[in-house]
Amino acid sequence: MSATGYAAGLAAPATGTPSAVRVDAYVEAPIRAFAIATVFWGVVGFLMGVLIASQLAWPLLNLDLEWTTFGRLRPVHTSAVIFAFGGNALFCTSLYVVQRTCRARLFGGEPMGWFLFWGYQFVIVAAALGYVLGVTQGKEYAEPEWYVDLWLTVVWVHYLVAFGGTILRREEPHIYVANWFYLAFIVTVAMLHIGNNLALPITLGHSKSYGLASGVQDAMIQWWYGHNAVGFFLTAGFLGMMYYFIPKQAERPVYSYRLSIVHFWSLIFLYIWAGPHHLHYTALPDWAQTLGMVFSIMLWMPSWGGMINGVMTLSGAWDKLRTNPSLRFSVTAVGFYGMSTFEGPVMSIKAVNALSHYTDWTIGHVHSGAMGWVGFVTFGAMYWLFPRLWNKKGVWSEKLISWHFWIATLGIVLYITAMWVSGILQGLMWRAYDENGFLQYSFIETVAAMHPYYVIRTLGGVLYLSGALIMVYNLWMTVTRGEQAEAVAASAPGAAVPAAAE
Amino acid sequence: MKWFNHAKIETNLILMGVLTLITVSIGGLAQIVPLFTVATTIERVEGVRPYTPLELAGRNIYIREGCYVCHSQMVRPFRDELERYGHFSLAAESMYDHPFQWGSKRSGPDLARVGGRYSDDWQAAHLRSPRAVVPESIMPPYAFLDRPLAYADIADHLRAQRAIGVPYTDEMIANARADLEAQARPEADASGFQGRYARARQAAFDGDPARVTEMDALVAYLQMLGTLVQFRDVTPEQLRQQ
Repeated sequence: MSATGYAAGLAAPATGTPSAVRVDAYVEAPIRAFAIATVFWGVVGFLMGVLIASQLAWPLLNLDLEWTTFGRLRPVHTSAVIFAFGGNALFCTSLYVVQRTCRARLFGGEPMGWFLFWGYQFVIVAAALGYVLGVTQGKEYAEPEWYVDLWLTVVWVHYLVAFGGTILRREEPHIYVANWFYLAFIVTVAMLHIGNNLALPITLGHSKSYGLASGVQDAMIQWWYGHNAVGFFLTAGFLGMMYYFIPKQAERPVYSYRLSIVHFWSLIFLYIWAGPHHLHYTALPDWAQTLGMVFSIMLWMPSWGGMINGVMTLSGAWDKLRTNPSLRFSVTAVGFYGMSTFEGPVMSIKAVNALSHYTDWTIGHVHSGAMGWVGFVTFGAMYWLFPRLWNKKGVWSEKLISWHFWIATLGIVLYITAMWVSGILQGLMWRAYDENGFLQYSFIETVAAMHPYYVIRTLGGVLYLSGALIMVYNLWMTVTRGEQAEAVAASAPGAAVPAAAE
Repeated sequence: MKWFNHAKIETNLILMGVLTLITVSIGGLAQIVPLFTVATTIERVEGVRPYTPLELAGRNIYIREGCYVCHSQMVRPFRDELERYGHFSLAAESMYDHPFQWGSKRSGPDLARVGGRYSDDWQAAHLRSPRAVVPESIMPPYAFLDRPLAYADIADHLRAQRAIGVPYTDEMIANARADLEAQARPEADASGFQGRYARARQAAFDGDPARVTEMDALVAYLQMLGTLVQFRDVTPEQLRQQ
């Protein structure tokens, strides 16, 4: 399959009148499939989130079945939102963006696109089935066992070839800034995935494996991976998205070309060092913890560099926030990005981490990033992409986008405030002493105190999910009932090139 | 900066890819490699041994059920954690853990030193129905663990672990099945087993000596957690990390 993909890709696009054929030459069908998968897995992931949040509030919902316990479903939720929802969004947008910013057809053509699509969906389904059945490596966000990891590696190498191959065929001399971020994401995730998943299967017929590293080294490698799954999967990749879709939605060039350069290189250099802040006060040697803390704090700067570059792109176009609800999603996403990339460095300070670690504060922090940044920037991109991919004049209902926006925002606010309160409360209760110098609370008392916040958090999740269902309806109506656009205008090549900014 | 023009990089995919790979490699190399090369990373304490076959099977159930998503196994060096859980955890105590299970969240209490805290009966009853024992608990019930443990391939597990550096001996591998069965049956003659695994305890962990269940394995694992190092014999010098 892949061999024919390459062959098809190497063949020159059909000739004819240049401009018209150029547009037809872009690979779009697999990207439409990725867009649908993004929305589908988003709903699945949010639904799983609501379910496991409910289990923490009402443990009867574990249902007394081995397949539906919190322990087995939590990885289904995290993988569904990160790798299925986020991953499909990254495939979808990166393959769309790279063709347009390079004015080149996808390397490998449609067969390559379909191989990536089905290959990646297979990874998701195989991983999720494994979790439910109890097949897991037991490493957070790297739960899939060795056979899924190997298959993902095959898919990922094809992804790199397709993406890089398209850039090599570009007609634009410069590689657009969005593609730097997508490229860094693809390259680094490959490195992290392989590094963290080196494992020896018990036998080749056995689904279980034992990882090569153990104990403290394994912990360091895991959080080198884990933190940079955030840094490169959920940040660099989505910054690529920001750098294409915000300029497009705002119809303005990127704010600063120089800032793009500085924040790109400093972000990818610094992020990798931040992993040990997940291991403060553990058996990891102090020197590594200190390095992790110092680099995490430095990371604040390039993160805000990216935020500034995204938000300031609206200079002179702020009024569009009022009239364009999908742009509102993208810009609010950058706001949440700025907030969580400030909160992160604060939490990486050892004195703060002593309180926050092991509590819901971390869960709230992750969700302000995941729901606010990753979710919103994806929704913004999907509202922009669906009409263009299906050749419609616009999204079916702008009003429903607004409803989605406000319901989801309210959901996030409920979620993260509940987790701030419960996390700080539990952290303080754990270390509280009574007047006689004894620990004031037993552990279970601190669990019981969490109940109201877990209920509020669940409600926040329900709101976020409801917003996503509104989006599904709206996009469904866009595709089936939307007004047809004129063919060429809908997929004109991208023009938001950084050179235009200067 | 006339000598430098970013256009050189951003017009050359290969250059950009290679520079990116170099840039993202540095931090990881600097933080990971020394952990393998600096000897003091692992404290020089006595008593840490590979898991018995039954404990290893139990640990694999712990992993399978995702216990690590709610329970840490890493006591931090704070006064309240010392009083609640015991001595702070050492790197040495998880040196044979493939994978490590330090965890990141305490929806339930830390388990690094849960071994011996409760009776076997308490552990089994709590796993079967957490709220029957602790009414406010939010833990899922694990009554299904009262089913036979599949351990026909346990020697393969030890062999795989040895291949990646856990010091299982030929004798341990040859006796893996027998040792597993012996540990779950208090009456079994286990002189060989006791010699191979210091401080390992034999018991009908699930309350039923007649069969070896997943409950046996998981409780055996929980009951040994944090019990291998004798802290009264440990000196500060032994605990010093670089």
